[in-house]
Amino acid sequence: MYNSLVVDGTSETILRSFARGLGSCCCPERCDVLVPNPLERTWLVIPLFNEATVISDVIADARRVFSHIVCVDDGSDDDSARLAENAGAHVVRHPINLGQGASLQTGLRYALQDPRAQFFVTFDSDGQHLVSDAVAMVEVLNDSDNDIVVGSRFLDSRTKLGFVKVVVLKCARVFERMVTGIRLTDAHNGLRALSRHAAESIRITQNRMAHASEIVSEIRRLKLKYVEQPVEIVYSDYSRSKGQSVWNSVNILNDLLFK
Amino acid sequence: MDANQIVIKSILITVFAVLALVVIVPGRGARGLAIRRLAGVVFLGVGVLAIAFPHLTNGLAVFLGIGRGTDLLLYGLIIIFLGYVVAAAAHTRRTDRQITDLTRALALAQAGSPTELSATDHPDGRPIN
Repeated sequence: MYNSLVVDGTSETILRSFARGLGSCCCPERCDVLVPNPLERTWLVIPLFNEATVISDVIADARRVFSHIVCVDDGSDDDSARLAENAGAHVVRHPINLGQGASLQTGLRYALQDPRAQFFVTFDSDGQHLVSDAVAMVEVLNDSDNDIVVGSRFLDSRTKLGFVKVVVLKCARVFERMVTGIRLTDAHNGLRALSRHAAESIRITQNRMAHASEIVSEIRRLKLKYVEQPVEIVYSDYSRSKGQSVWNSVNILNDLLFK
Repeated sequence: MDANQIVIKSILITVFAVLALVVIVPGRGARGLAIRRLAGVVFLGVGVLAIAFPHLTNGLAVFLGIGRGTDLLLYGLIIIFLGYVVAAAAHTRRTDRQITDLTRALALAQAGSPTELSATDHPDGRPIN
């Protein structure tokens, strides 16, 4: 009888008190409804800037699995925020454009206000990330004592990257290892899953793209337990046109050294 | 370049390094601001003297082993300029941080609480279909 019930926050509470009253579950191998589903306690944090073309689809896709999504509208001048709201996401609006790092920090602060939130996934708004990868990362967090799961394009061969990008990312990874001592195969991956402890402790002060390296430094500073997870980045013509050019690595280096 | 010059140039560089620190390091707070203002007044005074009595700078420059008085003033100017750039950049960084904190506080205040709204409704309570 239990496995036919849909579990959300409230019915889970009712089931728990019911089960407590019963003493124990009659068929524990089918009573996974009484075990909290980690996805129920996960917030997706999506920084959003002018993605009106794709954001509805991205959120609709994510909502098939994640019911808590916050989009941080970073001063978009198109309709992205309204579309995100209509698709079912919570929207927090920056009155001015601050950058992806700042948007992530705002989104995390917002989601942390939910006392039941346990896991937080940083997710891109342009359709480059796979919901299945996000789910896998939350499950890794749930089944281990890691604080943070960092996505990597280089752990499997699903992602197809151009030569220049591979070279730049490899240099970034060497630089990051020199500066932080942390060995990651992908220095700059936007798909990450954080535990509540990680989300509460990490301070992102780099507003723009240098935040990715700052997060790695924070992992080191806070001595967080981290693990990598293979993820696929889907490069479409659309996302390629919006994505970072490799020139931005110069700007990121400047931000890291002087800000 | 003979041995004497090297020694004097090292002394010179050390002196200028100390001056640079005086300009850059005092940092924030009333004391730092006051020190920098006093340093500014002193440099202005030195500038006035240099204009009024050019032979003084020449004499000092020769004593220190630099070519001319104007070279000495140039070095001084470079140091002061760099000090100003560093101080201005630090100020901009601080201001940027303030703007970020302010923007974030405003955004979060306007957004309300994540647990008040159901994820299946519009923020004003209408259900999303």
